[in-house]
Amino acid sequence: MQALYAQLLVGLINGSFYALLSLGLAVIFGMLNIINFAHGALYMMGAFVAYFLLNIGGINYWWALLLAPIIVGIFGMILERTMLQWLTGLDHLYGLLLTFGIALIVQGVFQNYFGSSGLPYAIPDQLRGGMNLGFMFLPVYRGWVVVFSLIVCLATWFLIEKTQLGAYLRAATENPTLVRAFGINVPRMITLTYGLGVGLAALAGVLSAPINQVRPLMGADLIIVVFAVVVIGGMGSIMGSIITGFALGVIEGLTKYFYPEASNTVVFVLMVLVLLVKPTGLTGRAA
Amino acid sequence: MPDTAIAEAPAKVATGGNLLQVRNLEAWYGESHILHGINFDVNAGEVVTLLGRNGAGKTTTLKSIMGIIGKRTGSVKFNNEEIIRATSDKIARMGIAFCPEERGIFASLDVRENLMLPPVVREGGLPLDQIFELFPNLKERLNSQGTKLSGGEQQMLAIARILRTGASFLMLDEPTEGLAPVIIQQIGHTIARLKKEGFTILLVEQNFRFASTVADRYYVVEHGKIIDGFSNAELAANMDKLHTYLGV
Repeated sequence: MQALYAQLLVGLINGSFYALLSLGLAVIFGMLNIINFAHGALYMMGAFVAYFLLNIGGINYWWALLLAPIIVGIFGMILERTMLQWLTGLDHLYGLLLTFGIALIVQGVFQNYFGSSGLPYAIPDQLRGGMNLGFMFLPVYRGWVVVFSLIVCLATWFLIEKTQLGAYLRAATENPTLVRAFGINVPRMITLTYGLGVGLAALAGVLSAPINQVRPLMGADLIIVVFAVVVIGGMGSIMGSIITGFALGVIEGLTKYFYPEASNTVVFVLMVLVLLVKPTGLTGRAA
Repeated sequence: MPDTAIAEAPAKVATGGNLLQVRNLEAWYGESHILHGINFDVNAGEVVTLLGRNGAGKTTTLKSIMGIIGKRTGSVKFNNEEIIRATSDKIARMGIAFCPEERGIFASLDVRENLMLPPVVREGGLPLDQIFELFPNLKERLNSQGTKLSGGEQQMLAIARILRTGASFLMLDEPTEGLAPVIIQQIGHTIARLKKEGFTILLVEQNFRFASTVADRYYVVEHGKIIDGFSNAELAANMDKLHTYLGV
């Protein structure tokens, strides 16, 4: 039973990263209509920025949680202004190829300087240790990752679904020309939205650093699963990507317990089944 | 087809005090040249109607003024300020509001969110209680999804949301299209009321019987040009010509 709970916890943690990353992808796809293949590289950059902040600037984890998403978000906004904005109105394939190229370049540069092995990033003192819950031992940091990710995901959902700014975003997703003709600077809003999506990826990177170490290919390993999550949840659906992210993490964890051989493929099997039954995803809209 | 000199059309009917001045306006959709030199004026406080057949260039004229056509040349002055190169968000912030033909109600927003979507660009917009007085149906359906409203209610919502913004110059593109006579009448009353409140309105209509109940002046658009213009008092005298222009 202990092993089952442990796998459930691992599933929830992986689900947290899936949810944060697929949420960013959903926000970016909804607003920019771009399938952001650079998302994994930007997640990795988030972890590296936290590493640099600590080792060069002496800036701790808590500040990194704030600063890394801002720094990588600004990098993302520069990418959007200088490259992605020119793809407006073109087929999805162009955005996918461009962001795939960006991902390869960014990962290549980091691999060139840091190799492929992981760099250590310590768990902050306040989150060390664990709690005995009676039925299982819960490492505090892992519990923190799940709770904090859930809060960030729900805050993002609230921002998009329940605020005036979110209404602008949703309206601009449907008809950017008309929203702009109401007096809203839509191009600036698109840039900021890309920055928000990228910032979420970077935040996931910072959260991941103490668990998975900081590696140039950490995003490349994860992004394929995250894309499967997004396809299952439905491209562009905010709540769909959050729920699917956590749910698939848990399903993966349970598979590791009950049938470990299938744990690496269960998400892709589900993706195939969903594509066969409902090609737009469980909660998605048609692209 | 009457061959009226386009430059004469505004001179014949304009009475000075221009709020909007359009000169030699040309516009393109991709490679297609749609407007071939549009000239007309709108004075403050007037209701001016652009009449013309389908595809004549009426909607493109409104979109060109609003800055949502990719390529346009010529001159559009609003309050004596040139706006031909301005982006649509800047044009909106100068006090021009556009209600598109397809209404542009957002499916992912409820009625309240649709209503509150356009930001207030200046003082003087209608407060919500006055908007609900004009369109009582909207108040009852605030929590419905925008696109679940009937066609008439969607049109009311499309007009209502631009009244909040403080824009003084409203461009309404075929507000009566596809609506029941009783709703058309209600929209007519609303436009008359807005005129009394001091709004200036540029209306695109194919239904000139409706337009005649609200308009001060008319321009006829054909093949991307203004080919004629007359005041409401001259409407009866121009009826035969108008039938020819509109093919009705």
